Amino acid sequence: MLRLSATGLGCVRGFRNVFNDLNLQLSSGDALALTGPNGAGKSSLLRLLAGLLRPSAGRVAFEGDTDEGAVAERAHYLGHLDAFKTALTVGENIEFWIHYLGGEHDAAPALAAVGLESLEHLPAAYLSAGQRRRLSLARLIAVSRPLWLLDEPASALDSAGQEMLAGLMRTHLARGGMIVAATHGPLGIECKELQLGRSNQ
Amino acid sequence: MTALAALLVRDMRLAVRIGGGALMGVLFFLIVVTLTPFAIGPDLVLLKRIGPAILWIGALLASLLALDRLFAADHEDGSLDLLLMGSAPLELTVLTKALAHWITTGLPLVIATPLLGLFLNLEPQAIGAVALTLLAGTPALTCIGLIGAALSVALRRGGLLLPVLVLPLTVPVLIFGVAASNAAITGSGFGAPFMILCALTLGSLVLGPLAAGAALRQGVE
Repeated sequence: MLRLSATGLGCVRGFRNVFNDLNLQLSSGDALALTGPNGAGKSSLLRLLAGLLRPSAGRVAFEGDTDEGAVAERAHYLGHLDAFKTALTVGENIEFWIHYLGGEHDAAPALAAVGLESLEHLPAAYLSAGQRRRLSLARLIAVSRPLWLLDEPASALDSAGQEMLAGLMRTHLARGGMIVAATHGPLGIECKELQLGRSNQ
Repeated sequence: MTALAALLVRDMRLAVRIGGGALMGVLFFLIVVTLTPFAIGPDLVLLKRIGPAILWIGALLASLLALDRLFAADHEDGSLDLLLMGSAPLELTVLTKALAHWITTGLPLVIATPLLGLFLNLEPQAIGAVALTLLAGTPALTCIGLIGAALSVALRRGGLLLPVLVLPLTVPVLIFGVAASNAAITGSGFGAPFMILCALTLGSLVLGPLAAGAALRQGVE
């Protein structure tokens, strides 16, 4: 069984110590909600797990699997930015990421799953904030990777969109995936909670 | 390889759809080359003599024009984070972006060179020599420019810094590019400077992506 293990993580941003000696263990099917006040290091922790930031101490690794590849190549990172090109159509954008990230699925079912199937030929420039977020979620479905790192995944989504997101997360966990999500509100799924902030500094 | 092919197609598509791609570089090249005779005056003999140098300087400046957006655009919309998380090695990703950039901006400059050579009263043989040296030399300009483009990712208004960082590094390419062109025109030993130009290109094809990759890893932090 696949496990994500982070031991003794430390993070320093701009000469400021964000957190120290942070440990977390996640097994297949687990979800973890990161909560805490602004500036507590939720986004930094997600970027650390994604390999986009280097920890000042400690390490992040997958365990208990024959193929112990780098975490970055087996994780989805959904940040504040959407990573879509406004000059390309919705379909071209999602197809590029499917090919680049090595997905085996087609774009059409993923777009249908997030309710964007009718907008496939529309340039991404004309999408609303909520629709852009839905398009980002389509990337998570189209390319299967075991770990989802979500930064405020529900932001800009309407109530139907939030239910859809909870459904996608439940399906992912049922298939043995893992989720770490930074959030200020309820995620709508059963999850453990890690509170960042004063207590663990 | 499909990952890198998809990236190549995407970058070329973006270059064609968004202004500032192929056509803009060629137009800038045209303007630089056209302005020079106005500055120098209608001295056909002089123009003929310094023609290859003017074409090279024009191509050098034009190839830098769109370079500052190469990684900055991906950084601003978050694509760069995901590009770093792909399974392809970062250096190859960077090299693929450089290839797409060269095809959409460097190659059109080489193709436009014969026409612009006529403006400078160059002989057909001289035009051929300049076009050939540009074909061999512009990949080096792109790969050296990669380093500057990657370094300027983390900086606000890095676009202004880019030419200052990159132009000094392109001096050897310029020297041997113009030397080879002039050697072909005067008929004295084209081989040696052209070989050195090719060597500079091959060297920068290796060093450029390595340095740019290291700069990008720092830049996204």
